[in-house]
Amino acid sequence: MAPIAASRSYKYGSMKPLTPVAPATRVTLGISFFVMFVAIWAAATLGGFVSKTFLADPITMVKSGYTLLTEMGFAKDIGMTVGRVLGGFLIATVLALPLGVMMGAYKPIEAFFEPFVSFARYLPASAFIPLLILWAGIGEAQKLAVIFIGSFFQLVLMIAVAVGNTRRDLVEAAYTLGASDSSLVRRVLIPGAAPEIAEILRMVLGWAWTYVIVAELIGASSGIGHMITDSQSLLATDQIIFGIIVIGLIGLVSDMLFKLANRKLFPWAALGK
Amino acid sequence: MSILSVHGVSRSFESAGRAPTVALQATDLEVTENDFITILGPSGCGKSTLLRIVAGLDKQTSGEAMLDGKRISGPGADRGMVFQSYTLFPWLTVLDNVCFGLRERNLPRAQQLEIAHSFIQKVGLRGFESHYPKQLSGGMQQRTALARALANNPRMLLMDEPFGALDHQTRELMQELLLGIWEAEKKTVLFVTHDIDEAVFMGSRVVVMSARPGRIKLNLEVPMPHPRHYSVKTTPAFAELKAELTEQVRVEVLAAQKAAMA
Repeated sequence: MAPIAASRSYKYGSMKPLTPVAPATRVTLGISFFVMFVAIWAAATLGGFVSKTFLADPITMVKSGYTLLTEMGFAKDIGMTVGRVLGGFLIATVLALPLGVMMGAYKPIEAFFEPFVSFARYLPASAFIPLLILWAGIGEAQKLAVIFIGSFFQLVLMIAVAVGNTRRDLVEAAYTLGASDSSLVRRVLIPGAAPEIAEILRMVLGWAWTYVIVAELIGASSGIGHMITDSQSLLATDQIIFGIIVIGLIGLVSDMLFKLANRKLFPWAALGK
Repeated sequence: MSILSVHGVSRSFESAGRAPTVALQATDLEVTENDFITILGPSGCGKSTLLRIVAGLDKQTSGEAMLDGKRISGPGADRGMVFQSYTLFPWLTVLDNVCFGLRERNLPRAQQLEIAHSFIQKVGLRGFESHYPKQLSGGMQQRTALARALANNPRMLLMDEPFGALDHQTRELMQELLLGIWEAEKKTVLFVTHDIDEAVFMGSRVVVMSARPGRIKLNLEVPMPHPRHYSVKTTPAFAELKAELTEQVRVEVLAAQKAAMA
């Protein structure tokens, strides 16, 4: 009998489940999809298969993007939007962290808040916009409130779960080393859950981007979302697409920064993975 | 002088709709200063339950456990524990893991470091102070856990199959290391294991527990002088004791299997 099965599993470079790829291959593969995507888009629009009214081609998009930035003050819109996301997200985080940690650590507190928070997180933030305009006008407070509603409840629940999932044997070890209840929270529950909490923040920040644009589409005088609604009335699909791409790029950059910071802050969490 | 007395301690678990399961029958145990007691028994016999009650991590259903005449009501730094699972804090380095209990007592940092370094040296981990637990082998993690428990200078050291997850060779080295530290520091140790060799080699007394519901059926002195060299494992006295204990434990394992099948 020839050892066919054995030799097959050592074949190099084949697609095997869970086998990692080399860093260079990874980058090449990642970029090539972007290239392919733009190429199909360019072929569809420049080749005349899709009407310009509905979809601008990449070249027009880049040109009008340049005009937007240099002549129409789009940089200021970007700044406004980024500021709103960060502001709303920061407020949500500052309030969600202590509440989430307390809920994760103390079960009566969890029993008190959890049902309401679970209910509140399914309330669609965008549906609050008409109400919030009524309450807070169309100023900055309304934008921050939309982002807050969209991210606060999600953050609280996920942080509570992360803290509550602390390994019980670590908790017991801490107690046998003389830890008090408060230092258990401070020195075991929080540092143990910290990398996961950082991941949660990264994820929810991504969602906050969706909420800010929705808030800006309705009743705003500045921001990326406002520019997009303006362009819609002018049928300027090139500008709309440019706006969407800018949002995507900012999201990508903030995600990368977050990942980098997490790796720097919690080197131990990446070990042995 | 007895430092730990266990009187009529039992533990049963409530289960919905059925009679409570008795894990540990009323148990008495006296532990005197400098004792190294190994508790031997089939799995599920309640030996870990007994240890956890002494640690204050579990509550007995009846009876009481006293440490230096004071009723044990919860975990504390006076009873250091080493667990079978790896319980080092993964976000702390070896050094900071060993300092954990010292920091809890608000010792000045310089003093913490002095104590920690001396115990890291004793368990042979010099040069690994700034490693994270995930960078260490299982044996090294358990050495760190031992140093962490010892650094608190506890009245008793409670060990729940601490070497159970290690390979055979590492386990034998760890036994010698622990025995050496016990001989030098004159600690009082309660050590749970299901390894008969380990129980005889390290214990000054061996306690054998019966199958569930557990109770102490035998409490034997190990008549071999300290310090012990690993070569005692090949002496006739060792073999004789081991043979007797093997027989005693075997009966319990068979009883446990029979109970499981009934």
